[in-house]
Amino acid sequence: MASVLSALITRGAGARDSRALSLALDNLGVDRDESVGSMHTRFWGATLARNLPAALEIYADILLRPHLPQEEIEAVKALAYQDLQGLEDEPRQKVLVELRRHHYPPPLGQDRRGTIQGIESLTAEDTRTHYRRLFQPRGTILSVAGNIEWESLRDQVERLFGAWEGGPEPDLRLGAQPSKRAHIAKDTTQTQIALAYPSVPIGDHEYYAALGAVNVLSGGMSARLFTEVREKRGLCYAVWASYQTFKDRASILCYAGTTNERAQETLDVTVGELKRLQEGVEPEEVERVQAGLKSSLIMQQESTSARAGSLSSDWYYLGRVRTFDEIQTAVNELTPTSIVEYLHHYPVGNFTVVTLGPKELEFKE
Amino acid sequence: MPFHSHTLKNGLQIIGETNAAARSAALGFFVRTGARDETPDVSGVTHFLEHMVFKGTPRRSALDVNRDFDRIGAHYNAFTSEENTVFYAAILPEYMSQAVDILADILRPSLRVEDFDMEKNVIIEEIGMYEDQPMWSAYDHAKRAYFSDHPLGNSILGTPDSIRALARDQMYSYFDRRYVAPNIIAVAAGNVDWPKFVDLIESRCSAWQQGPVGRQGVRETPGSGAFQVLTKGKVTQEHVFLISPGPPAESPLRYAADTLALAIGDDSGSRLYWALVDPGLADSADCSFHDYEGAGSFYTSFSCEPGQTQENLAIIHKLLREVQRKGITEEELQQAKSKIGSRVVRGSERPMGRMQAIGMSWIYLHQYRTVDDELNAFDAVTLKSIREVLDRYSLEQVTTLALGPLETLSQKGFNGSR
Repeated sequence: MASVLSALITRGAGARDSRALSLALDNLGVDRDESVGSMHTRFWGATLARNLPAALEIYADILLRPHLPQEEIEAVKALAYQDLQGLEDEPRQKVLVELRRHHYPPPLGQDRRGTIQGIESLTAEDTRTHYRRLFQPRGTILSVAGNIEWESLRDQVERLFGAWEGGPEPDLRLGAQPSKRAHIAKDTTQTQIALAYPSVPIGDHEYYAALGAVNVLSGGMSARLFTEVREKRGLCYAVWASYQTFKDRASILCYAGTTNERAQETLDVTVGELKRLQEGVEPEEVERVQAGLKSSLIMQQESTSARAGSLSSDWYYLGRVRTFDEIQTAVNELTPTSIVEYLHHYPVGNFTVVTLGPKELEFKE
Repeated sequence: MPFHSHTLKNGLQIIGETNAAARSAALGFFVRTGARDETPDVSGVTHFLEHMVFKGTPRRSALDVNRDFDRIGAHYNAFTSEENTVFYAAILPEYMSQAVDILADILRPSLRVEDFDMEKNVIIEEIGMYEDQPMWSAYDHAKRAYFSDHPLGNSILGTPDSIRALARDQMYSYFDRRYVAPNIIAVAAGNVDWPKFVDLIESRCSAWQQGPVGRQGVRETPGSGAFQVLTKGKVTQEHVFLISPGPPAESPLRYAADTLALAIGDDSGSRLYWALVDPGLADSADCSFHDYEGAGSFYTSFSCEPGQTQENLAIIHKLLREVQRKGITEEELQQAKSKIGSRVVRGSERPMGRMQAIGMSWIYLHQYRTVDDELNAFDAVTLKSIREVLDRYSLEQVTTLALGPLETLSQKGFNGSR
């Protein structure tokens, strides 16, 4: 539903039909993208600073006055259907989609691509109902970064969105925890392995320790997973772990893609490394993690797109924007002890394991 | 932003664009060697060598290389294309001397046999990973079909067999011939102390051997005109590429070619978007212009439900024929230009973006080009220059490749055979 709506919503809004809308944004040189995540639909655009006011006028139309035209629904559904089919040709993405589906209770783990039946039964009227229920000012965040004038931006946004009314924020009811094991049989060259286990959400006092832990595993090419799985054993090309947060829960997701014959060994070595972390972390490893996080933080400042993204993400998760110094201080305070303590509070285990390939693998917790 | 250049006695060139206001610095070594410079007996050696460069030197083990980079928080990697191998790092300015020390050291790798044998596994995994991605696989096969016996058709990764058959000494002899100082450019951008950078490069790279540079087989090609259907029963969607000739990297027409490709096949608001994606006939459709030394080509592609492929091909053919005959409109030209303008500006926000841009411009044109030079060049594109591209390189002269479940496709209407 959300994906179909996000594709339909730009097909005409305000005084412009689908083509006129696209043309207007193109004439302003707006590079853009609409995407659907677990919690939000995101409208992203980038353009030269002088075109910002005109672009915002168009986005106000899209958000507040979309046509959601009946005659476009079949085309949008056809695209959604193909998007879902196309996932079958992307085994690396497929395994991660299935990992989230098995790791989180629904609807948290639901993929934006939905299901065939879901797409087939959708009507334009359904998207309008969904739009009215969920597109509202409460819970919507607008972030802008770059060469802007705050006063005039604020006044313009007040004028464009100030009268936008909406009901209460809809509540989210979670379903039952799905099965934490799955194998997708597919005749592929490589076996895809995906694992997940719990961590602490952003905002938790151990958040930076969790970030430190995942970076010891996967922060750079000298990090443990790359070194042990790829460099020393040559088991794969791609192996990584990353941190994913919601407001109330978080996880470490881990991926490896490997030739079928070596898949069992890859899984065993990878899980071994994840567990070994609890036994201790070297000061040298923490120093490398700190150096990596520091330079990422500074380089992020150099991209307006990345800045806009982190503004809205902080605002959503924390209700405020962290300063550079705050993050820097927290990163500097990381120690081997703080990381190991976090791992004692949240031991590596209780895995969700999803594999894709010709043969199922053995997994012992 | 000031531009600087310097050449060492052994022929290694150093260039840089410095910007004291930048928070980071980027540096790279551009080696002018790629898959097109390989003979069939060493297919895949350039890319394999790129991996081996990270495997250490007499001073550093493979683990030392990764650790030393990570200690300074560098964002580093390398890539291999048809004609270049580029090693690069983005760093905080205070770590420049360490970064040069590591990068320059690893550019003279030991190529130890045990590392060589272990890394073969990783390369074969990388080949397997791409094999499982039909869109990529279709691109690779289409490129080979188009270039046929032209060296630009050489596979970058090679095959599992060609990689298994490679001997360490074959790689060494390729390295010895291609990684000579005059074939390498050291590039820096961002917050860089230029005299210090030159001193660092000089002290680390002056002993690198000289040798002859250049490459064979630099010529344009209209493409083979082949029409191939590769049947892969396990693939879900049909993935199709149509490749036609375009101007080479050193041609001033490349700006018009880029603009034309964007008007035909950008992911929003383009001709292909309205013809295939908007009505839901294909889940993706794209046209991009790729330029190489001495040759260039337009890659038009789409993926769709297999049963829709034939009709989509007919739509694309009609669309390309129409553009070939009538060109694009003034309005389409202006949209394409404004899109390119904002992409060029945002692509140069970071020193890493500038480092790549000035490095490539130096390699292909031996020219320094500012962001404004690029913007002005795109701004100067007219319907007339687009017409010139079309007159010299026909969009209808296509080589076609489809990869997916389909067993056959009719090539009626292509390459004039109606």
